[in-house]
Amino acid sequence: MNVIQPIRGRSKPPAATLGLVDVDIHPRMKKPTDLNRWLSQRWQDHLSTYGIRARHGFVGGQPPFPKAQPLACRRDAWPPTGGTPASDLDFLRFQLLDQYGVDVGVLNPLQPSGQGDNNNEFSAAMAYAVNEWQLEEWTRKEPRLRASVVVPYDDGPASAREITLRANDPNFCQVLMMSRTAEPAGKSRYWPIYEAAEAAGLPVAFHAFGYSGWAMTNGGWPSFYTEEVSEHAISAQNQVVSMVVEGVFERFPKLKVVMIECGFAWAPNVAWRLDQHWKQLRGEVPHLKLKPSEYIKRNIWFSTQPMEDPERPEHILDIMGWIGWDKILFASDYPHWDFDDPLLALSGAISTEKRRDIYGGNAVKLYGF
Amino acid sequence: MLHGQRAIDVDVHPLVPNMAALTPYMDEFWRDQVVERGINTIASQNYPPNAPKTARADWKQASKVSDLQSQLLDPYGIETAIVTPLYGTQMVFNADMARAFTRALNDWTRAEWLDRDSRLRASIVLPMHDPEHAVEEIERLAPDRRFVQAQVLVMGETPAGKRQHWQVYQACIKHGLPLAIHAGSSFRHPVTSVGWPSWYLEEYSAQAQGFQSTLGSLITEGVLSKFPELKIVLLESGVTWLMPFLYRLQKTWKGTRFEIPWVDRPPIEMVRDQVRLSCQPFDAPPEVVPRVLEMLGSDDMLMWASDWPHWQYDGEAAIPPGLPASLMPKLLRENALATYGRLRAPACVKE
Repeated sequence: MNVIQPIRGRSKPPAATLGLVDVDIHPRMKKPTDLNRWLSQRWQDHLSTYGIRARHGFVGGQPPFPKAQPLACRRDAWPPTGGTPASDLDFLRFQLLDQYGVDVGVLNPLQPSGQGDNNNEFSAAMAYAVNEWQLEEWTRKEPRLRASVVVPYDDGPASAREITLRANDPNFCQVLMMSRTAEPAGKSRYWPIYEAAEAAGLPVAFHAFGYSGWAMTNGGWPSFYTEEVSEHAISAQNQVVSMVVEGVFERFPKLKVVMIECGFAWAPNVAWRLDQHWKQLRGEVPHLKLKPSEYIKRNIWFSTQPMEDPERPEHILDIMGWIGWDKILFASDYPHWDFDDPLLALSGAISTEKRRDIYGGNAVKLYGF
Repeated sequence: MLHGQRAIDVDVHPLVPNMAALTPYMDEFWRDQVVERGINTIASQNYPPNAPKTARADWKQASKVSDLQSQLLDPYGIETAIVTPLYGTQMVFNADMARAFTRALNDWTRAEWLDRDSRLRASIVLPMHDPEHAVEEIERLAPDRRFVQAQVLVMGETPAGKRQHWQVYQACIKHGLPLAIHAGSSFRHPVTSVGWPSWYLEEYSAQAQGFQSTLGSLITEGVLSKFPELKIVLLESGVTWLMPFLYRLQKTWKGTRFEIPWVDRPPIEMVRDQVRLSCQPFDAPPEVVPRVLEMLGSDDMLMWASDWPHWQYDGEAAIPPGLPASLMPKLLRENALATYGRLRAPACVKE
């Protein structure tokens, strides 16, 4: 977590010998009307009149828990040219891509992307526009960047159409969902997304955030941003459980799921718990042919930032080892306030070879970069 | 005897057979309501009566003291068992009904269990949807020192740390009662923050997420800081979710503590001082247990429980495999004695 980064010379992490891949960069629009050229007049009017209507009580998709920093961003990420953090490609190059020698950066656009909007049809129109905007403003100008297929995830068939439209465009490297869907992610309403993604050979990423419309904890709404940040890891656990237990990975065995900014230290205990209680409850779920933990091990990847911080550094080795060293992907979360500096984020307790894989090797294999 | 210890079992669940068992403990008005409205049962969906988790095949009979004696107390040589019935009385939406039914449940526990075996102690089951009713129930029953803790469900209507619940925690402290938080939802919300899952396996798994959110709430709202003498006992939580959750919460706290300035020391330290956990179930394969214990970083936190009659283990394997023999005296006895003030002194019925 670095609200302001120290200024120093350009440097790539020495261990990143298989490349430095940052799987979590958040590009922003310069102004709200940037998407208009890809929206019909009707949806332009809708956006300007009603705006983003998320499943909570606040206007404009502004979250119910005020962030720790303006726009949750690093104080030094506001471009000198004006505008908001990560809205200026040159400054993003200067502060991230060139600074650390990033070879590939994965764009995960957040609001106002229209994801999780109350209006599915609007959400679908926005997703198309955001995807065109990523191509036009980012990937065509900067070959190191890759786009995510933003989908109106609560409309499965519309999402599948958007995925199929982008399937053969190498600028897109994954499908992007938020971690709080309107129903658990394993439910059949989302299967068209997984089917299309599997067919296109695109991983499906769940990025922490979104508003399901349900209380943020299974015991009601919490009070603090501190809790909200924790709750992202918690809802992600429910999503993994749902995808496993509903049989998503039985039905789509080649599907690759990437949990981004959801943390990862919980993954082993979620797998252990499922295995433990599946022993007594497996009669309920005969559609599962493998132990629950085996699906997690086979089908799910995890990004690093924000890394859980054990008291003793060697315990991060245990946790990563339990997950699988080939399943951990480096993420910086640029330009957010809890940005992980590529030079500092990975503990020296992790061997050079394993850091090499986390920085780049694993992502290169997963995405085929 | 388990490992040569006269064990203390902190999580045992008598099954309430039906509402007719509770009506003798209700006043005329509520007895009449039960009969006239045909309220035959108010069993909780947390443990569907016929689901395999709810009762082990050889523990299906669990509604009488003699069942507990023959299945658990006698063969295990147990010194003390703390009973917590998980009937749905805490969950009902009408606060007056919840109060009346919960009173009846606690009186049933006293008459049908505590009065019938001196090895037994009990939880004061709390109707939490009106905190004043919960306080009233603590005040009513605390003079009977066989009630050794107060019990709530992990998933309530609002997160446990919220200020409207603090009067309940103050009443616990006043009477030296730990607050026991047991797995289970009162179903004010879906059991996941992304909606209702399809399968009971998912629902049972979701308890571990409920414990994380609840503990997070108790920490961030300031319950642990404000009431350092309050002991929190997490029952049937699964244990292994705890440290990974705290690793994230504590890291976040370093960056956001400005919004919760009363959390003035590292959350992990507070949890080690004030939070205790029952060890059934213990969600981990035996080979990783030593590492999990190392992360826990304290021998004082785990307490043994059978979770009778829930099906957590087979046969006599009452201790989760992988726990070292050196932990047994604390696990089976000493940690419970340190947690429950009322177990350290001979119980007399009136204070």
